[in-house]
Amino acid sequence: MTSTEAPAAPEAPPGDVAVRLRGIGKRFPGVIANDDVNIDVRRGTIHAIVGENGAGKSTLMKILYGVQPPDSGTIEINGTELKLSSPSDAIKAGVGMVFQHFMLADNLTVLENVVLGAEGMHGIGAAARDRIKELSDTYGLDIKPDRLVEELGVGARQRVEILKVLYRGARIVILDEPTAVLVPQEVDELFDNLRELKNEGLSVIFISHKLDEVLSVADEITVIRRGTTVKTVLPKDVTSRQLAELMVGSELPSPSTEASTVTTTVLLSVKDLALPSVDGRPLLEDISFDIHRGEVLGIAGVEGNGQAELVESIMGMRPEATGTVALADIDISTISTQQRRESGIGYIPEDRHRHGLLLDAPLWENRVLGHQTREPQAKYGLIFRGPARKDTQRIIEQYDVRTPGPNVLARALSGGNQQKFIVGREMSGDPILLIAAHPTRGVDVGAQGAIWQHIKNARREGLGVLLISADLDELIGLSDRIEVILRGRLVGTFDPTKVTPEQLGSAMTGAGDEA
Amino acid sequence: MNVRVLRLGLGMIAPFLALLISFGIISLILIAAGDPVGAVWDQILQWPERRNLSNIIDKTTIFYLSGIAVAIGFRMNLFNIGVEGQFLVAALVAAVVGGEAWVSGYLNTALAIIAGMVAGALYAGIAGVLRAYRGVSEVISTIMLNSVAVGLTAFLLRQFKGPQPEGSFIVTTKQLPESSWIPNISIGEGAATEIYGFIYIAVFVGLAYWFLINKTRFGFDLRATGQSMTAAVASGINTKRMIVTAMLLSGGFAGLVGLPYIFGEYHSYGSTFPAGLGFTGIAVALIGRNHPIGVALGAFLFAFLDEQTNALQIVAGVSPEIVKIMQGVILLTVVIAYEVVRRFGVRIEQQMVSRELERARAESTPPPADEKEAAR
Repeated sequence: MTSTEAPAAPEAPPGDVAVRLRGIGKRFPGVIANDDVNIDVRRGTIHAIVGENGAGKSTLMKILYGVQPPDSGTIEINGTELKLSSPSDAIKAGVGMVFQHFMLADNLTVLENVVLGAEGMHGIGAAARDRIKELSDTYGLDIKPDRLVEELGVGARQRVEILKVLYRGARIVILDEPTAVLVPQEVDELFDNLRELKNEGLSVIFISHKLDEVLSVADEITVIRRGTTVKTVLPKDVTSRQLAELMVGSELPSPSTEASTVTTTVLLSVKDLALPSVDGRPLLEDISFDIHRGEVLGIAGVEGNGQAELVESIMGMRPEATGTVALADIDISTISTQQRRESGIGYIPEDRHRHGLLLDAPLWENRVLGHQTREPQAKYGLIFRGPARKDTQRIIEQYDVRTPGPNVLARALSGGNQQKFIVGREMSGDPILLIAAHPTRGVDVGAQGAIWQHIKNARREGLGVLLISADLDELIGLSDRIEVILRGRLVGTFDPTKVTPEQLGSAMTGAGDEA
Repeated sequence: MNVRVLRLGLGMIAPFLALLISFGIISLILIAAGDPVGAVWDQILQWPERRNLSNIIDKTTIFYLSGIAVAIGFRMNLFNIGVEGQFLVAALVAAVVGGEAWVSGYLNTALAIIAGMVAGALYAGIAGVLRAYRGVSEVISTIMLNSVAVGLTAFLLRQFKGPQPEGSFIVTTKQLPESSWIPNISIGEGAATEIYGFIYIAVFVGLAYWFLINKTRFGFDLRATGQSMTAAVASGINTKRMIVTAMLLSGGFAGLVGLPYIFGEYHSYGSTFPAGLGFTGIAVALIGRNHPIGVALGAFLFAFLDEQTNALQIVAGVSPEIVKIMQGVILLTVVIAYEVVRRFGVRIEQQMVSRELERARAESTPPPADEKEAAR
């Protein structure tokens, strides 16, 4: 924190404070999610909480919304200390939360969705409809109560979610990464709505890791790093660079690459890859690129623009994909996922809990997962425990997985160690291509540095790497070339040694000129 | 402490603890109903007579086969409620094929058993295909297929009915030739103390199940798919095919459930053929945690209770239907105990891991070292 000279925001007078958190701590086995968190949210302001993925923002908000009790610390709302043991306690205290994933029933109308579970407030008929209209007008939400939710776009659905919490009497509204699902224009509209809320005296807690957005909309910003509050600053006092440093800390290892190891041998060649969708617009279209031996190709994009579909198509998990995928000059577009893995693809999936691990199986069984046809752990259609355990032990040692041994359930490990284990597993069996989707998401800084190192090692050993990430610094630091994906198409190629995160950012949103 | 030992210990303690608790609950129920608690337990917990013992073993054999059939499905998160229907269809087919006696002796036995298994497998396969390719819940389809099976077997029985003894209202298929019967094994004096020779096949089924699930790649894929469909897909398992295969296998084993009666007792399929065995299998598989030995213990427990409560009406004046309450209470407590113990185990393991983490952190501070390397 050497270069960060941003002054801390002045302490708020007690009467002004809507939410005061003091010394909040929360431990999960193996992980400290929150530790000594102190935040004051003033009435009538937008207070942003920023931090990296896995910094503990979500846990903190779950505590404030009564989903989980804190292990230590106090929560004060409007000056009174409260114990929130369930979300209904939080709602009673005037705290409402809009989750990142909408919780709306598509086949019901806006009115029905809003009154669902709050039938006691204004009934389910005309009174409720009037109240919804009134709220919509007051805060400029532009919501028609009788529309079916399935007809609404993402931005409108989000406004319905906001209206839902307002309808329940919330004066403090928490929004968990609300912009992650929005396109830029919708983001602007959302921010206008939030300013309306603020002007009406409500307090908004805005969780994000997108610094430019935070700087443009927030009145105060609290930075969380590794579970604890680092500093609260005013947006006028900081630049986005300083904020980023506060967020990641200056001790963060830089992902910058060593000398280029890119060769001219094409390893993976994707041509005219497309993925139709059931409802019109294709999920992927016209995707063509090559990865050479010793090259890291980074894919940048706002989440939900086809990254996951791209990876799954290359892995053979999307049978409806068209176009050709060739690995080392062999067409693999028609063979199964398992055969693709056998022909030398290592795959670090985006969601390690859903796609990477059997959480309730011991580590050695997870070692076998995805490698159940390969020696030493499998032969003649049989699985051998001894060699699997031994090789698991090797991964544990080589990849520094902190666990008492190979018989521990995968669930018992912390996120970073699970991820290191997956990297180790995918690097065994001598892959020639490594697909890494968000490899450092939600892992601690130590594990992050280690995983970066493993990717660099892979590159040095002549593997091709396809790296998908939302972390632009990670992409710029590790990649030899960056392709930007937008609405299922590749829209620009960038040289990471010359591009800035800002340029990438505008290409990702379609705002900037294509390179 | 070793993780494996811990897990094994916890797994053993849970059912016994649950059994004790359920005995307590059942006693309370008996007291509330004003029944003689002491006399009931005296009757149930006494050492069974030879005659009863042979009945217990026979029922254990049958419950075990049913339990294993259900367990295969459970291992893949498939709820095969249709063991009931599958075993009825299979028993009829096996009896018809055996009765026709196209080949002689034990060859006929083998042919009939295989025919029964294939019938059970195909019948379960309907639900498997519907689930894999049409997304129909196997719970719903197998329940409906159970109803269909009751009607289907009644209908087919008429088509394949054998000679009916004078004055009998019971319709049966043709009797199996005596050379194709599986001889019973004597465990005492007289015909009442014989057990089905089919027990050998049950033991073999248990071994085959254990080997298949724990040692083969197929078993690994099955368990992986059961634990996480998404992770299975990402690892390259063809989950659709696994669903169909697992249902076929479950149905194939279900096909064995009624066969001890056919080869060891009735020698034909008739309108009085026992029903309900498939549902007992669900309970037995749950109690045994789908483990080949656990399912055997669960099957024995249910068979034991069934037999020992028969005499309750005479001995203690209590309706033998109390056995259903007992079995229900035991099932619930056992399932709850497993879940409690499982969570407890996970917590202990997580604590072990975090101790490991902290020890490692205390010994060295690796992040700075990593950093230097990464920055280079």
